[in-house]
Amino acid sequence: MRRYTINMLLALAAVLLVLMAQTNLMDKYALQIVMLIGINCIFATSLNLVNGYMGEFSCGHAGFMCVGAYVGSLLSVAFFSDSALFGQALFGPEWALALFPLVLIGAMIAAAVAGLLVALPSFRTRDDYLAIITIAANYIVISIIENIDAIGGPRGFSGMKKTVNAMADSVNTLLDGFVGFLGFDFVVSDSDYAMSAAVVMLIWTLIGAFICVQVIRRLMTSTYGKSISAICQNEVAAEIMGINTNRAKIMAFMISSGLGGLAGVLYAHVYGYVNAQSFNLLKSTEGLVMVYLGGMGSLSGVLLAAVAFTLLVELLRFVIPWLNTTLHEVNLLPADYQLDQIWTWVIIPLMLILLMQFRPEGFLGNRELTHVFPGLKRWFTLK
Amino acid sequence: MEFFLQQCVNALQWGSFYALIALGYTLVYGVLRLINFAHGDVFMVGAYLAFFIATGFLAPEGAFGFSRELTLWLTIPLTMILTSLVGVTLERVAYRPLMRKGAHRLYVVITALMCGLILENGNLALLGASRRALPELLDKTVYQIGGVAVTNLKLWVIVAAVLVFCALHLIVTRTRMGMAMRAVSWDRFALPLMGIPLERVIVFTFVLGSAIAGLGGLLFAMSYPALDPYMGAMTGWKAFIAAVVGGIGEIRGAFVGGFLLAFVEIMVAAFLPSTFRDLFAFSTLLFILWLRPTGLFGRPLTSKI
Amino acid sequence: MPLLEISGLTQRFGGLQALTDFSCRLEEGELVGLIGPNGAGKTTVFNIVSGFYKPSAGQVVFAGRETNGLKPHRITALGMARTFQNIRLWHDMTVLDNVRLARSAWLGYGLWSAVLRTPGYFRAEKAIEKRARDVLEMMALTHYADEFPKNLPYGLQRRVELARALAGNPRLLLLDEPAAGLNSADADDLIRLIRWLHDEFKLTIWMIEHQMKVVMSLCQRLTVIDFGRVIASGLPQEVRNSPEVIKAYLGDDTL
Repeated sequence: MRRYTINMLLALAAVLLVLMAQTNLMDKYALQIVMLIGINCIFATSLNLVNGYMGEFSCGHAGFMCVGAYVGSLLSVAFFSDSALFGQALFGPEWALALFPLVLIGAMIAAAVAGLLVALPSFRTRDDYLAIITIAANYIVISIIENIDAIGGPRGFSGMKKTVNAMADSVNTLLDGFVGFLGFDFVVSDSDYAMSAAVVMLIWTLIGAFICVQVIRRLMTSTYGKSISAICQNEVAAEIMGINTNRAKIMAFMISSGLGGLAGVLYAHVYGYVNAQSFNLLKSTEGLVMVYLGGMGSLSGVLLAAVAFTLLVELLRFVIPWLNTTLHEVNLLPADYQLDQIWTWVIIPLMLILLMQFRPEGFLGNRELTHVFPGLKRWFTLK
Repeated sequence: MEFFLQQCVNALQWGSFYALIALGYTLVYGVLRLINFAHGDVFMVGAYLAFFIATGFLAPEGAFGFSRELTLWLTIPLTMILTSLVGVTLERVAYRPLMRKGAHRLYVVITALMCGLILENGNLALLGASRRALPELLDKTVYQIGGVAVTNLKLWVIVAAVLVFCALHLIVTRTRMGMAMRAVSWDRFALPLMGIPLERVIVFTFVLGSAIAGLGGLLFAMSYPALDPYMGAMTGWKAFIAAVVGGIGEIRGAFVGGFLLAFVEIMVAAFLPSTFRDLFAFSTLLFILWLRPTGLFGRPLTSKI
Repeated sequence: MPLLEISGLTQRFGGLQALTDFSCRLEEGELVGLIGPNGAGKTTVFNIVSGFYKPSAGQVVFAGRETNGLKPHRITALGMARTFQNIRLWHDMTVLDNVRLARSAWLGYGLWSAVLRTPGYFRAEKAIEKRARDVLEMMALTHYADEFPKNLPYGLQRRVELARALAGNPRLLLLDEPAAGLNSADADDLIRLIRWLHDEFKLTIWMIEHQMKVVMSLCQRLTVIDFGRVIASGLPQEVRNSPEVIKAYLGDDTL
């Protein structure tokens, strides 16, 4: 029974979220934040695989997110809508709901292959040199995309909204059919209860986050996956004790970048627009902040950090203008000076620096929630 | 041909900037095994300091009303001193407490990255997004050498980089402090046994690296007089790459790497669409690291069992 | 057929010739020692045999198979295990996980089974767990299964490393200074343990050791090297009285 509690809790939470969104208990803005949290969870936990468990310092994770976002968007447009770029849709909008997983998988595979750009050099290099390679990979990805004019170049790429809308239409048609089958004389798609495009993406984001966390948890509790930690803790011993270190490194990098790609494709569909510059080093740095905030190699810690970080950024959106007016009222600020949003990126680094000084191992360090609160073990297990 | 030579001069100038910043990365790395990600932003701070000092001193705008020559000669040392203070402050406030606690190396690197963010965004938040221009401190003269136009400023930049390199080389090989720096890079635990406090060596390293970055910032501001808070980020990353290509921790490496990178970039920008510049610069880096995993002059990684 | 046959092994590191024309053979079930002064090249021999270095010349045949150019994990899979001079455990994993991971070469499942949790995965993990627990039991480490090695005393860490090496059911066990840093009582325990392993499992053991007590009471044969060359080999008593060996250890009298 214990084995299923977590899954059941998560399923319950997901259903609750969807219901809240559906009944407008959550407004558009709140919905957006929940989806962003989901995406950040995927982004951070997948980065944690390399930076936490394997102990390498990858600072170009957003590059893989970028690959996933673009490849996913292109597939989505090519599959489900007519466009100037691909001509007629390969399948047509009515297939959007059924074949959307194909888009996700395609994006993940593409991002995983891009991960080879970093995985292959990692056989011979490590530490700082590998860090550089990841930075270079991030820039190379952005640079390549910006140089392909067909997909928008520096202007970005859009058209994914159509796919999302098509999915919402299909869901509503299905709901209509279901309600009709039950014998009610009620047309959902015309009513206030019709599922909106945003809710469809919320569901996909929740599914994506769930799959990502499951993959990493199952991997890292298996002997197979622990070889990644073995490489981190003593590579020589790993090599000699029969671990195929090169294979383990490729696996870790490809899974990490593939899941990063999943975050990317979801991001692209949530916003309906992608631009290579939104996946620059600053985005990668956000990932690093989440991983080190949560604690390297702690799945639950990084998840907590992803939630806390996203909420913090949104919170500062309100706190800074409030501070601005308050400080002006009490004349602590010069009248011609306005506090603006850029302070977010002063406050967050400052907080992380302070955290490093006083609790360098992050929220949870190398441990999981169950280690910190053993009582939780009664309710669920991470095995 | 003339076009090519002209581009070579440009490459030398950019190479000088990269080299001046890369030296700071490499010095700190050699002593602390720390990638000081804030260093690019220290360079940016140097450029801003130069701007404030110069406008403060200069005749029509500033309070002192000094002549341009005097201003230049005062700005150079003051910029270097103040920038090195910034670097040392970072070390004191952010890095040293962490290292004292024996924190994992990666945490220090992250702290450095965050310090960089604070510097650039703090600057933007305090000074606003309006770009500032350094007043002209040097009369522009253009020399024609075999059909290639070279401004005196470009020459000064290149000469400064070479001089700094030579001076650094002398410091590292001839002075007691410099030799201590090299000793730390080989064995950090033996150094206190030789009677030199490790922390003094570290501070010296930061002073040296930041002062050079300050000089770089000043020269950059004179050459491209439009300052913005993010100028240090991209240039800094590139210079860091130069340091790695050369083999981080090696002074020669940083110097050669800087010029190499600039050469690749300028030539790509000259003969291909300029949007390919970053692509080629970073691909070159990948290629070199693939051939020589520890850079051109780096010592090979060996693991002893 | 010998279990391990090394012939003409030469290793250069840059200008340094660490090993010159080293040859040696180990029969199945032997317990042999490799001794020599510090820096003589003993660990280099082990590093080459276990596949960590590629020799400049010469060849190694293990269990009838030439191992030159094989990756260390492949050699391990052929049935070789080793310990290290300076302990190399995975310090942030439990003792049990340390031993479990030593079964990596014989996992019996792959990435997809791990992620999808197929029945094959559970079967394989169960077998791994059982083997690991058996080894811990055998080495009297069951009590420490959930401890982190970094929190264990030095002697126990050595024992965990030995347990980890045994988890793979090796045919040949290479021990690199197993008694280094142990006090006299611990060393006596170690002698008993190694002798027991050798007798009980018919393990072939090749060890580098400095403590003469350990070497003399365990090894059936000794090879002595100095400056990368074999200077003597034979029965312990013969080797001990060889003038070459005395010279290598104590210096040249004629100086």
